Amino acid sequence: MSKKPKETIEELGKELTKEVLAGKQPIMDVPIRALTNVTFNRKTETLQLGDKTSERNFFNVAHAKKFLQTLEVAAVSKELLDVGKHASLRDVFYMVKRTIPNTKTNVVDEQTESDDAIEDLEVLTGNSREQLNINANKMGSVAGHVVVEDKGDEIDWSKMGSGGWSIPSNVEEIKFKKVKAKYVIYMEKAAVWERLHEDKFWDKHECIIMSSQGQTTRGIRRLLQRLSQEHDLPIYVLCDGDIWGAYIYSVLKYGSINLAHMAESMTIKTAKYLGITMEDIEKYGLKKHLIALTENDYKRIAQLQEYEWFKDNRSWQKEFKIMKTLKGKVEIQSLSSRGISFISEKYLPEKIKNKDWIE
Amino acid sequence: MTKPIAEELAKKQKDISVAEFFERNRHLLGFDNKRKALLTVVKEAVDNSLDACEEAKMLPEIQIQIIEMGNDRYRITVEDNGPGIVKKQIPNIFAKLLYGSKFHTMKQARGQQGIGISAAVLYAQLTTGRPAKIWSRISPKDPAHYYELHIDTQKNEPEIIKDEEINWKKEHGVKIELDIDASYQKGDQSVDSYLKQTAIANPHATIVYTNPKAEQLIFPRAVEKLPKEPTEIKPHPYGVELGIMLKMLKNTECRTLQSFLTQEFSRVGPQTAKEICDKAGLFTNMKPGELQLPHVEKLVEGIKNTKIISPSTDCIVPIGEDLLEKGLRKEVAAEFYTAVSRSPDVYRGIPFVIEVALAYGGAQPSEEPIRLLRFANRVPLLYQQGACSSTKAVVQTNWRPYGLGQSQGALPTGPLTLVISLVSVWPPFTSEAKEAVAHYPEIIKEMKLALQEVGRKLGSYVNKKRRVADQQERVSIFENYIPEVADALSRLSGVGKEKIKEAMQKMLAKNKEYIQAHKEAHKVEAKEKKETEEQVKLAGFEDE
Repeated sequence: MSKKPKETIEELGKELTKEVLAGKQPIMDVPIRALTNVTFNRKTETLQLGDKTSERNFFNVAHAKKFLQTLEVAAVSKELLDVGKHASLRDVFYMVKRTIPNTKTNVVDEQTESDDAIEDLEVLTGNSREQLNINANKMGSVAGHVVVEDKGDEIDWSKMGSGGWSIPSNVEEIKFKKVKAKYVIYMEKAAVWERLHEDKFWDKHECIIMSSQGQTTRGIRRLLQRLSQEHDLPIYVLCDGDIWGAYIYSVLKYGSINLAHMAESMTIKTAKYLGITMEDIEKYGLKKHLIALTENDYKRIAQLQEYEWFKDNRSWQKEFKIMKTLKGKVEIQSLSSRGISFISEKYLPEKIKNKDWIE
Repeated sequence: MTKPIAEELAKKQKDISVAEFFERNRHLLGFDNKRKALLTVVKEAVDNSLDACEEAKMLPEIQIQIIEMGNDRYRITVEDNGPGIVKKQIPNIFAKLLYGSKFHTMKQARGQQGIGISAAVLYAQLTTGRPAKIWSRISPKDPAHYYELHIDTQKNEPEIIKDEEINWKKEHGVKIELDIDASYQKGDQSVDSYLKQTAIANPHATIVYTNPKAEQLIFPRAVEKLPKEPTEIKPHPYGVELGIMLKMLKNTECRTLQSFLTQEFSRVGPQTAKEICDKAGLFTNMKPGELQLPHVEKLVEGIKNTKIISPSTDCIVPIGEDLLEKGLRKEVAAEFYTAVSRSPDVYRGIPFVIEVALAYGGAQPSEEPIRLLRFANRVPLLYQQGACSSTKAVVQTNWRPYGLGQSQGALPTGPLTLVISLVSVWPPFTSEAKEAVAHYPEIIKEMKLALQEVGRKLGSYVNKKRRVADQQERVSIFENYIPEVADALSRLSGVGKEKIKEAMQKMLAKNKEYIQAHKEAHKVEAKEKKETEEQVKLAGFEDE
């Protein structure tokens, strides 16, 4: 990035002010963040934001409020950068939220509105929100024989007790001091992570185990990317055996539609989908634990089947097809029906040894 | 035990006088409870006064006074400036049930059966024992008469307590005073409300009313012209049922069936009369008095199968769009008024006219159901709204396109007063208390057409008003947002806040087209939003 984040924000403000003082309608051209404006770059194998923009004119009733929200968020970000402090998404929401005088309208009513405005600001200025000093909540744990340095503190991922080290939302400044691992397993479920941690899986198999509490945060994606790129570690993804698991993998590997503007800095090209695969269901006797697919599941399967990056992928198309014939999905924890440590003693070692994954 | 039981029973079997019957069934005439009794007494007296004044071509001026005497007892006085009543008829009109001039004619009037005012006298007698006091004078040259009357409930005959000539300042008119058991309450079904509504439907009348709280309400007339006098018509064959036909045949002076049909009915000429007889298989020269029941049945059947033109409609006098609107305007404060008068139509051979008016906006509550005012021959109907065909017509009309809220099967909500008026030579009521109009499909259809007509006018007014409000709202959005945007821009660019604000306000003032929402932009925005929502909804595991 040639310009500093603070400069890009100030420029946005100065440009609009210039227009206003010249008697021109203040207009922002915000790149559209939707599937219609996202393309799949076959060469880099990542999602890319197209150049479609939507005009946001203050003097248009439909835009006025969003226009104001974006400017408010920009002003908050500039002040954060000025004093060198960080705020969470929630903080920003409260910093922006207030009632506009003489009206019953609030600048923002829900956090999704300020979050949305922040994403607009990212695409407008070409900065990630971390660069704008806005952080998400920490969500996720990691353990393994790794030592890192964060803000001057040395942290050993193998000595973090039962909870592991919690991954910060901004991992740019972290320095890897020692990495002794053959691969990384990233799992969607914290409960599964705890199982593997208790079984000291990372110690026995010399690897890193990482999880998020729910969604894959940007911090986790970036950390996985760095481990993959800087230390050449294979990244294995462990999810529920359903369409949502497939999408988690898709986001990690190719980027997400919403954040297509920064896919480049977060995609993990070598990520492998370890399980639970549709074949696993047969192989490990999980059929009796099938949960019936919902209408939404079917809809989502149809959408993923059509995604450009899955269209020609035969193994994934096969997965989707089996999903539909089985009419069901399974959770990772269903493996516990074979024994509490079945996953760490049998399932994972066997899968990795046999290279039984999907790409 | 030697005598048959029927003989025993026969001792108990005797005539029931009409008066005795109503003594036991007072609810049939609108005396169900004390509150309603007060209204019914006032209503019967006022209806009679209005009818009398109009018949005599005099602009009505009616004074009503209600005095509270304690113990739920009220003294009601109603006085008019009408033609008065000749001495000999006074006792019969006020103290004999089912005595009147209107029952035997087909003519538009408020009263019908000749029960109303004498029932009020009877009610007073039953609850307080006091006689009715009547003053009457027919011209300045004639003396004024004063009567005190009771009803002999056994014989249904007047019982004269006092009969004298007195001095009365009034040149002509009638005054009646009754003491009754009653209760007074304000509200939609009160005397206050009844008189106010009477003023709406009778803009040619002046009404002066003093209520029990000693508040005087004056409803002045809005027009100095009497309504056209309704003409009398003969019954139309389609409206005559077997029982009435039998009675008519018995009473007629005509000597042949042919002349009976042409003379006693409207719209029946010699040709039509012949056709009816042919269809009924009867001879045109039969004597009416000699027809037997099977013949009469055939006759009624024959009428049904004969095409007879509708009755003439000039016998009814609608209030008129202008006057109805005027009446509404003077009694309901609102911002928009309109009225519609349909052309006459016919139900069961009886002509009628539907008129509808509305008053929208003003201080009327906008979150509550609309106020529906119903009239039959200019008389307000205050009870049994749910059973009335006008309620059905309103509920079956879709009001949403006209800018009102409405849930399925309910009255619409909004700041609206709606007037539905039926005028007919014989309004079909659901009961003798004359509280609701019966559900004839022809009547409901006309009502709905009238409602749609005023509804469309209302709709265009409401929409225009909404557009103006929207425009104002848009301007105020920008006016309120500009200081906020200027503040944010100033923080980002370092340029003074006031300077930016002024520049933006100048733009707003200069270019009103800014505030026109860009239609295209709206569309794109909406499409984009939908797409994003769909994605987000399904992509449950999107980045936070």
